Amino acid sequence: MDYSHLKIGLFIPCYVDQFYPQVGIATLELLEKLGCKVGFPLNQTCCGQPMANSGFEHLTKDCNSLFYDSFAAFDYVVAPSGSCVLHIKEHLKVENRESDSKILRKKVYELVEFITDVLKIDYIEAEFPHRVGLHQGCHGQRGLHLSQMSELNAAPFNKPETLLKKVNGLELVELDRKDECCGFGGTFCVSEEAVSVKMGKDRVSDHIRHHAEYITGSDMSCLLHLEGILKRKNSPVQVKHIAEILNSTVKKQIPVPNH
Amino acid sequence: MSKAVMEHADAADVFNKDESYVDWHDETLWFVRTKRDKSSKLLPEWENLRETASQIKNYVLSHMDELLETFEKNAKANGIHVHWAADAAEHNEIVLGILKQHHVDRMIKSKSMLTEECHMNEFLTRNGIEVIDTDLGERIVQLRNEPPSHIVLPAIHLKKKDIGDLFHEHLGTDAGATDPQYLTEAARQHLRDKFLTRKAALTGVNFAVAETGGFVVCTNEGNADMGAHLADVHIACMGFEKLVPLQAHLGVFLRLLARSATGQPVTTYSSHFKKPREGQEMHLVIVDNGRSAQLGRADFRNSLKCIRCGACMNTCPVYRRSGGHSYHNAVAGPIGSILAPNLDMTKNADLPFASTLCGSCSNVCPVKIDIHDQLYKWRQVLVQGGHVPQAKEIGVKAMSMVLSQPRFYQWSGRLGRSVMRTLPFMVNNSLNPWFKQREMPEPPKESFRDWYVRNRE
Repeated sequence: MDYSHLKIGLFIPCYVDQFYPQVGIATLELLEKLGCKVGFPLNQTCCGQPMANSGFEHLTKDCNSLFYDSFAAFDYVVAPSGSCVLHIKEHLKVENRESDSKILRKKVYELVEFITDVLKIDYIEAEFPHRVGLHQGCHGQRGLHLSQMSELNAAPFNKPETLLKKVNGLELVELDRKDECCGFGGTFCVSEEAVSVKMGKDRVSDHIRHHAEYITGSDMSCLLHLEGILKRKNSPVQVKHIAEILNSTVKKQIPVPNH
Repeated sequence: MSKAVMEHADAADVFNKDESYVDWHDETLWFVRTKRDKSSKLLPEWENLRETASQIKNYVLSHMDELLETFEKNAKANGIHVHWAADAAEHNEIVLGILKQHHVDRMIKSKSMLTEECHMNEFLTRNGIEVIDTDLGERIVQLRNEPPSHIVLPAIHLKKKDIGDLFHEHLGTDAGATDPQYLTEAARQHLRDKFLTRKAALTGVNFAVAETGGFVVCTNEGNADMGAHLADVHIACMGFEKLVPLQAHLGVFLRLLARSATGQPVTTYSSHFKKPREGQEMHLVIVDNGRSAQLGRADFRNSLKCIRCGACMNTCPVYRRSGGHSYHNAVAGPIGSILAPNLDMTKNADLPFASTLCGSCSNVCPVKIDIHDQLYKWRQVLVQGGHVPQAKEIGVKAMSMVLSQPRFYQWSGRLGRSVMRTLPFMVNNSLNPWFKQREMPEPPKESFRDWYVRNRE
């Protein structure tokens, strides 16, 4: 399909920009492969969530303005992180531009929901011949409704799983607790270190118990936390953002920038 | 009261010293959450029930004055003595006054989280009244001289062996006994004597019905009935938010309460009290204790919809891994964390931060309280009120400064990653709480932005 008439802004959250450039590259390449014309505004920094979730939403004015100035002109804004997207959708507010802020909020999408709901694509030719466990980030799931939540008595659906199930060779593992929080939680990961780590260890164990080789998800922040725990355990299990998996036939090896 | 209160994170750190115990605690509560899931999914109308309950409670919160007056009028017409208490102290004085009036110095009590909130047992004990809790879990924690760790399952933090040791010490059971049947029977015999000999019984209230002036008490052990039916004086204590407008509304709430709490279709005993039996006196103490203030907070008022089912605790991944006592408040877990700051912002400033904001609590809540959104909002209020540590404020301000200026952000990122690569000990050390049990991410040479500029611009 040709979506080149759409102007799509790529929002790469700060920690992805700094620590996981390969996820940004995979997101960009994937969107382009799907026929999108993508721009990356160079003055973007952060959605403001680290301050706001710590109780300092009043210190996010500059981040809001930067975000607004970077992205207001696009038709859609897409980011490989459910949590940052949810924050923008719920809290973006620029002084004297209240109604324009609201319009921008509605144009921001997490990558999987953009592919599924806007591009309306449910199949991407990709190959990833491994056993994969899907970690559902809470903000993507319960906030953006990327999948049905186990607490509710409601019809099941699962957008990331739908895409992953069609990846060649990919075997999705069943988990005992399919939507339990990993314990990252922003500054929670250091202010409540003991509980955060225990939650992360328990998530990792669930995936390992079901013989996952990779843990994937649409939120790199959860994966950053889980990766830290896996590496400390010297576990062979790796984390991979869903964009990297879905992009895995464009280039078999995703180039990691010069280390 | 003078005991120094440990903040949630510190108490959770202590709780996590024994990992196999944490695993057991987590699994035990997860089991209850699973039972709740199964039982709620047996009702096709479940989500409709939640929505209905939520709307009824919204009505209650916006007509509180009228409903309370109607309730009082009807309760009085039924022959119930109605008392109003502005705060915990007044509540405790009222209860003491009733007991003194009847020359009673020994009382039994079924489960009432309100009396925990008011620290009534300690107050009455200081005033020479012996209070025996008759709910088995409550009796267990009372014998241990500790508060309940859960509003529905007060002794859920204890294992069979702990109970065996406790009963051996206090009730004379065999040393080393852990058989639940045997231990429960011992508690039963111990409590039977109390039921038969006490002249006054205090119960909580689950629902007060404005239309009839009656109230409902839910238990699984029948201990509220045993106490109230045998005693000459029945004192029931309730926070004023326990109202429902109509008797028919119980058909919504009783179904939701038990399924949400334990996965049972209904509590074993749902006892309807309307008027004192002949020769008995029935008192009802209606308590504010901060509820009016909460009702006046637009962002937080709907926390008063809570029917105390405990589902948010069972589902909370933080509660399951930190235990009820880490919340240092009568009501623990997510709901406690949005109620407690209203009572004392300084003392409870840590609680809204004891959450990842995962949102599972709001999803299980039978009356649809937006718990995780309120946790976020309390954080803002607490910061604005100066209730968070200064070190945190300095850190967040620095972070905000970096993220507010693109060039400064890019420069700091490059510098930070280069330090991590060349001098890893600068971050991989004991001052970094992340590094204590996790590796730091591998710092790449190039940021995504750098790559983009090099390849695409």
